[in-house]
Amino acid sequence: MMNYAAAGDSADTADSGDPAQSTAAIIAQSLTTVRGDRQVLKALDFTVPTGQVTGLLGPSGCGKTTLMRAIVGTQAKVTGTLQVLGRPAGDPALRSRIGYVTQAPSVYDDLTVRQNLDYFAAVLLPGRAHRHDRRTAVDRAIEDVDLADHADALAGRLSGGQRSRVSLAVALLGTPELLVLDEPTVGLDPVLRRDLWNLFHRIAADRGTTLLISSHVMDEAERCHRLLLMREGEILAEDTPDDLRRRNDTATVEEAFLHLVDAANERAARAAVEEQEHRP
Amino acid sequence: MNANRTLATAARVLRQLRHDPRSIALMLLVPCLMLFLLRYVFDGSPGTFDNIGASLLGIFPLITMFLVTSIATLRERTSGTLERLLAMPLGKADLIAGYALAFGLVAVLQSVLATGLAVWLLGLDVIGSPWLLLLVALLDALLGTALGLFVSAFAASEFQAVQFMPAVIFPQILLCGLFTPRDRMAPALEAISNVLPMSYAVDGMNEVLRHPDMTTAFVRDALVVAGCAVLVLGLGAATLRRRTA
Repeated sequence: MMNYAAAGDSADTADSGDPAQSTAAIIAQSLTTVRGDRQVLKALDFTVPTGQVTGLLGPSGCGKTTLMRAIVGTQAKVTGTLQVLGRPAGDPALRSRIGYVTQAPSVYDDLTVRQNLDYFAAVLLPGRAHRHDRRTAVDRAIEDVDLADHADALAGRLSGGQRSRVSLAVALLGTPELLVLDEPTVGLDPVLRRDLWNLFHRIAADRGTTLLISSHVMDEAERCHRLLLMREGEILAEDTPDDLRRRNDTATVEEAFLHLVDAANERAARAAVEEQEHRP
Repeated sequence: MNANRTLATAARVLRQLRHDPRSIALMLLVPCLMLFLLRYVFDGSPGTFDNIGASLLGIFPLITMFLVTSIATLRERTSGTLERLLAMPLGKADLIAGYALAFGLVAVLQSVLATGLAVWLLGLDVIGSPWLLLLVALLDALLGTALGLFVSAFAASEFQAVQFMPAVIFPQILLCGLFTPRDRMAPALEAISNVLPMSYAVDGMNEVLRHPDMTTAFVRDALVVAGCAVLVLGLGAATLRRRTA
């Protein structure tokens, strides 16, 4: 049986016949982040292919949000190489090309859905000349997240799931080339979750957008084109769901993930024992 | 910096405020009520009302705008909208100027009401032009906005933000010459009051009160207050970080 150590097993990636390397939206090399004296991300190497839905999966606290913040350029103390859409992460030119949705909905509770979108649209497309474009973009974003009935309701009066969809709608304005979504479906009912995943795939297919979506719910992994499995600041595997299941000889991605985690734990335990034995 | 983004931000802040009519009413009416009270507290000594009333016209906008801005920007920080805006193509100066513009407009409205009430209804005896009173009030409001923006960076909650009011504003009220002329304070306190911006706001108001024309002292006071506002706004901009840990 084959186990991945950290990611970057390039031979495997090539085997799966995936065009990830040639047209990557995100390329990370020994990407490291420190918070205090703790390494939150430990020398990550990975790529995210353009125009696909990539899932970032792993347990809470494994560093998913930190990784996403590094990609959108809001995380401090990032070292290593991180190329996003051909530019170093955090480059000012990227700000209008990336849509980012934080885990907690970040919208103005004392504005209506439409007023929220109007403002963020004016930040993205300022000026009178773009008035028509802004209106179209706002209407489309409201349609995308299915909130047309609530367009004139105050965001603060909406339910949790509706507010997170307003937050998502803001990120859809201006048709970004890369969408970074931090747990967009957490706390939503199954019907809405299905609808949102359909929307994500539609956006990737119709608009050629690259999506990086984090989740700690493993059944959502099956809906992604590609997966990055994370654990404790490291990437355990970087693969398609099919290959992940086949390689680990499991029926679901969840089982494959658990298998990889067990193997990693075993390796860590063995390394610790060996270190003890070598001590004089 | 982009004028359209600044204007959009100011419009958004005002739109948020419009959904909160109670706050608007409090901001506009409380200063008027205070002046009204003062007028009849000093019913027997109109000279005292002239002195204190003019000083308060400078102090009210500062306090109100300080409170409003510190809470509003703190909310922006804690709700995640600040992080979102800074990940978008919005300049820090656009955001700060947007806030200053929106609250500056509210301050103009507040000052017009308060000054109008004091001068025409309550008989505040001003020798200089009421327009100059309004100018100082506006500069004070900007200073309050700037200070509020700045301290919001050091408050982790709205509870803390409100506590900054007594910490930052009260010492200035005690030392600005409202209660006793500054040159009669202990020399150490006078020296401190010389470096606090509110002292110049109150001095400026008193210049208008006593002189028919714009004096050099008035120009100096107005410039000091404006300079402080710009300086603190710059410091406030420095507390907005695109990258955070």
